[in-house]
Amino acid sequence: MDRFVFLTFDGLSRGAVYAAFALALVLIWRGARIVNFAQGAMAIATVYAAYSVTSATGSYWLGFGAALLCGLALGVVVERGVMRFVGHTSPLNAVIVALGLVLVIQAVLGMVYGNEFRPSEAPFSRTAFTVGGLAFLSRYDVFVFAAVVALMVGLGLLFTRTPVGLRLRAAAFAPEVSRLLGVNVAGMRTLAWALASAVGALAAMLVVPTGLGIHPTSMDLVFVTAFTAAVVGGLDSPLGAVAGGLAVGLVLSYVSGYAGAEMTPVAVLLLLLAVLLVRPSGLFSGVAARRV
Amino acid sequence: MNTLVRNVALTVAAAVALLALTYGLTPFRNYQLATAAAYLCATAGLTILTGLSGQLSLGHGALMATGAYPVALAQNEFRDRDITGGWVLPVSLAIGVATALVAGLVVGLAAARLRGPYLAGVTLAVAVIVPALTTAFDSVFNGDQGLSVYIEPPPLSLGYSFPNERWQAWIALTGALLTMLLLANLVRSRFGRHFRAVRDDEIAARLAGINVARTQVLAFVVSAACAGLGGGLLAVLAQSVSPGAFSLTLSLFLVMAVVIGGLGRLAGAVWGALLLVLLPEASHSLTEALSLSPAAAQRLDGNLPLAIFGITLITVMLLAPGGIQGLLARVAGMVGAKRAKQHTPGR
Repeated sequence: MDRFVFLTFDGLSRGAVYAAFALALVLIWRGARIVNFAQGAMAIATVYAAYSVTSATGSYWLGFGAALLCGLALGVVVERGVMRFVGHTSPLNAVIVALGLVLVIQAVLGMVYGNEFRPSEAPFSRTAFTVGGLAFLSRYDVFVFAAVVALMVGLGLLFTRTPVGLRLRAAAFAPEVSRLLGVNVAGMRTLAWALASAVGALAAMLVVPTGLGIHPTSMDLVFVTAFTAAVVGGLDSPLGAVAGGLAVGLVLSYVSGYAGAEMTPVAVLLLLLAVLLVRPSGLFSGVAARRV
Repeated sequence: MNTLVRNVALTVAAAVALLALTYGLTPFRNYQLATAAAYLCATAGLTILTGLSGQLSLGHGALMATGAYPVALAQNEFRDRDITGGWVLPVSLAIGVATALVAGLVVGLAAARLRGPYLAGVTLAVAVIVPALTTAFDSVFNGDQGLSVYIEPPPLSLGYSFPNERWQAWIALTGALLTMLLLANLVRSRFGRHFRAVRDDEIAARLAGINVARTQVLAFVVSAACAGLGGGLLAVLAQSVSPGAFSLTLSLFLVMAVVIGGLGRLAGAVWGALLLVLLPEASHSLTEALSLSPAAAQRLDGNLPLAIFGITLITVMLLAPGGIQGLLARVAGMVGAKRAKQHTPGR
């Protein structure tokens, strides 16, 4: 029972990060109908930026801020520089271009920083509190929860309570009508990419200290897991992404606790296949017709 | 002329030319030729899948691994039981192809129900996770270390000083030529037409009486079998298999090779396979020519091919989605059109 409680909290903490990363995927999917396969590579690039700033200044928080700013900037650069010019004849085009970006980003990181793993320090202790003999959360887990909840609340307020959020939703929902009504649709799309990229950066900053280490490819499996989370929730639904992320985090935590950590990749694959075969549009999305 | 006769004739001509070529090349170049031939099996298979039936697979590197590991296990099993002979290697490769075929069937059954980014996501998951299986079951696959593959030396009837690399080139080229022959016939067959029909318009294909799902699964199975053969041949060439050799990067490289070569054109797969071998070498000689410090050179050496591949992939996708073979076809078309104009009387 102790173990179950511990694994549940651990799973929720992991799931919060997957939820944030899945949210980044959903943001871009809603805004541009593109699954950003370069999300993982872009996020680890911002972690490297944070690493540089932290080693130069000695302050974790300056690095943290640098990662978020870098995420915003990278999103703008990628959208304005590359993704905007992708042809829309086939959905494969955007996927292939994003994969090209993965190769370029990983190569540049490898050239600048080298291909060895770098340790990444957590700003808070990762040892769990014990209450009455039961291991609960560590201070780092609390920080992760706080950061993700703040992110969700912030995004929720932005999208539902501000004029910019309204324009973002309008541009994603009905681009042509919004353009006629004077919404800068291209600008909104860029903003969506910047936001998503910053969210991805935050998620990466939170997940990398939990034993991944900094390496150009260390976000690959996180990306696949977050994609699974987004698919579980339905790519169209931000709330679904959050629920999907938490669910996937819990499943993976139980698998790694009871069957061994090396079985988690297998669990991710089986989960993804199972969800896609049973309910390809996600558990939380409405019924939509397939466009042919 | 009958397609089959023409393709067989082309294959025989290519085989003779390549045989002559292997005698003219240095051992190193022969090894590169063999590697390109092994990649060709995989890129040709991926061309059939992505170009012809319209399904993107980011997991072909992993499918190559499902072909390579059984070859390693089978070869070592044969050696442990002292079974030798010319038939041993083909049997091992067949086991590898069969395993990849089954893996392809499993992924293909799921893939036939998925479209666009969902399909890409699943195959990406396959690419990332299959190499991780070697750690999960490391009693069989020996984790990150991988397995060594026992390969018999070239038969003595070829002479004592017969270079091993030429022998390897023969093995790999045989596999690649057989693959190309089979696929070239498949493209022109009823199945090839079904693939194209499904790619261009699923509903129209269904109305015309084509079983869309079965066609897509078939494309995936054929493609996976080709990738498995390619992986098995790579294992034979390198005489080892390890998860690092079949990483996500390999899968992305294969996609890149197919896209740059030209989607949907089997000849494009040849360009792609050659690029996969020659670009890393070119970037290696470039870094050597730059005379950097050893540390900087090492960083650049491993990563420059990645950067070049990535930039090429993006550029090709944005500017010339037809790839090399598409450009060649366009140039040939322009030249042909000019000639036709000159020969048209009365204009």
